[in-house]
Amino acid sequence: MNSKVSDRRAFLKGSAALAGLAVGAIPFAKGEALANVTPGESTVKLGVTKLGVTPDEPTIQDLLYGGRSSYETSVRIATSGALADWGLRTLTPLQDSIGIITPASLHFTVHDEFNLNNIDPRTHTLTIHGMVDRPLIFTMEELKRLPSVSRVHFLECTGNSGMGHYRNMLQDRAKGRTDVTVIQTVHGRTSTSEWTGVPLSLLLKGVGVQKGASWIVAEGDDNVHHAKSIPLAKAMDDMIVAYGQNGEALRREQGYPLRLVVPGFQGVCNVKFVKSIKVVDKPYYMQREISAYTNLKPDGKASWYESQVGPKSLITFPSDAHKLPGRGFYEISGIAWAGRGAISRVEVSTDDGRTWKDASLQQPVFRKAWTRFRLGWNWDGAETVIMSRCTDEYGDIQPTYMELAKMWGLDEKSYDERMPAIPATEMAQWLTTVGAVLNNQIQPWRVSQDGSVQDALFSTLLHDKI
Amino acid sequence: MRCSALYCMTKSNFLLSVMALLACGTAMAQLPTYNVGRTPTEAELRAVDDLVGSDGKELPPGSGTAKEGAPIYAAQCAVCHGQNGEGVNRYPRLVGGVGSLNTPHPIKTVGSNMPYATTIWDFINRAMPPFPMERNLSPDNVYALTAFILSKNGIIKETNVMNKNSLVEVQMPNRHGFYPDPPHSTLEKDGFWTPRWEQTKPAAK
Ligand code: HEC
Repeated sequence: MNSKVSDRRAFLKGSAALAGLAVGAIPFAKGEALANVTPGESTVKLGVTKLGVTPDEPTIQDLLYGGRSSYETSVRIATSGALADWGLRTLTPLQDSIGIITPASLHFTVHDEFNLNNIDPRTHTLTIHGMVDRPLIFTMEELKRLPSVSRVHFLECTGNSGMGHYRNMLQDRAKGRTDVTVIQTVHGRTSTSEWTGVPLSLLLKGVGVQKGASWIVAEGDDNVHHAKSIPLAKAMDDMIVAYGQNGEALRREQGYPLRLVVPGFQGVCNVKFVKSIKVVDKPYYMQREISAYTNLKPDGKASWYESQVGPKSLITFPSDAHKLPGRGFYEISGIAWAGRGAISRVEVSTDDGRTWKDASLQQPVFRKAWTRFRLGWNWDGAETVIMSRCTDEYGDIQPTYMELAKMWGLDEKSYDERMPAIPATEMAQWLTTVGAVLNNQIQPWRVSQDGSVQDALFSTLLHDKI
Repeated sequence: MRCSALYCMTKSNFLLSVMALLACGTAMAQLPTYNVGRTPTEAELRAVDDLVGSDGKELPPGSGTAKEGAPIYAAQCAVCHGQNGEGVNRYPRLVGGVGSLNTPHPIKTVGSNMPYATTIWDFINRAMPPFPMERNLSPDNVYALTAFILSKNGIIKETNVMNKNSLVEVQMPNRHGFYPDPPHSTLEKDGFWTPRWEQTKPAAK
């Protein structure tokens, strides 16, 4: 912090205290909460002394940066289980999501440490090197001068919607935690933003990629030194070196001042605080593409570099964070996305999968982005199960969990010669083990007569003790 | 300028090699058309060129044995990973687990799971012990620690010297435990990066 700013802040704090004495309240103590809103001339024009005195008056923060109504309480929550000990991992409140854009404040974060770099953009650089004709180093100022694009894309953590998160959630509940729900705790590792930055292809063409190159490997300037290999063809296709998110600079927990956006690929590929991109001729087998983010099958072999997210949809209202007050009309609403392209169809069933109706899709539909779907529903008050399934522009259909399990090589009845059948009692353990990544299954919700809504997937699979 | 020089040598086109050499050396380059960016200095390039791939091109000179690694491990690593690599509390176990990957309780360790020893070297070198202590080990120490972990896993002998050449040659038990091998680097088909969706497309109901 430069000393001028801190002096001013100290001064304002002092005057706030004085003003507080004078009017018997603390006028802008609330505004102080946001460290980087520095009241300046505008506050004088806006009449600071009158702000925030009563609860109904806006604070300086509300006016200079913006806050929300005190009646709105939707927040990210910490992830469940031991994963919360690994770092700043927070989950998007999907149950409150509206439209397709996630406010940056509510974007999920998976940060494998508790320190959050506060990188000075004046010193941050991006170096592109390796199998290139001209290795180059760019400052942030230079990158921002280059032709830019803004695109709407989802991000999703590789492990989102996995059985392991459900298990962790139950354990947290058993320990007395009350803020966890399946919609947020199991599924909340996805968000959608408008990302702005330089197409990586522009930079790569400029440095001159050499013959024989087939991958890039990117490294971030965080304290865990995250590094990830990505196919060069993907880099040339649609990757963005992004500095903007939803109309403002990236948030710190999203990799300020610069990150990769790899549309449709698992979250782990979207290297934050990106400082270097090396052009190479093979993947680099970094720790985070071997020890995790591989998909271990029952035969002990793992598939790797399976980065594309499958077609996926989820009803966000009503879900297990809600309770319907009574029979009558409700708009069922949810999100659908596919790593391969655009969502072309979402079907909703309100009778446990017996019949399906096409939901309307919010326009325009962006490729590799959340698509909001909606369907009017008259609930007759009887217990039922509701669910959605989507199809992408290539005709790929979202699977059920059991269809997904079969793809992973799990089958309750008979699995191919490599393995004996898996008893139902062991299924949950196998799903936790094998299905640690890439879970794009259909999520059914049970609506009970009293209007409460419960998960009707994981709870039916988890036969054994948690 | 170790790596760039290497690329220059493998280029067949003479003119291009000269250009690349110039770029590596003194000549300043910029992004064509836009004229932004500049050629990094050797020191700047060395600072970011720290990721080690499976053919070990980026490995620095130096060497170490498990014997030399043991006291460093005991002093700097055992508190989290256990005296013998068994793992303490939530910290990862580094030893054992071979034969467990096809059971419902797989034990993934660097010994049972990693296909290349370079990954262990790279991770220790850049990230261990964790923040704020990381990036303080000398290349000799990283070779010695990698040798220690490999030897505890029974993959090499206590006396084997690990260096730029021998590390790349270590045969990891799970070398062929991943598929496709090598990983796909191109689109399988229009927009497809993961063939499994195609192979296993669930039937429409
Ligand atoms: C403060 C605790 C701590 C200390 C001390 C520590 N580590 Fe680690 N180590 C970790 C954590 C946490 C991880 C997991 C990191 C991840 O996966 O993101 C890890 C991961 C590793 C891995 C990769 C394991 C795998 O299966 O992918 C290796 C190898 C490793 N450490 C070696 C070392 C060595 C060698 C030292 C001593 C120089 C050391 N560690 C010191 C906490 C520690």
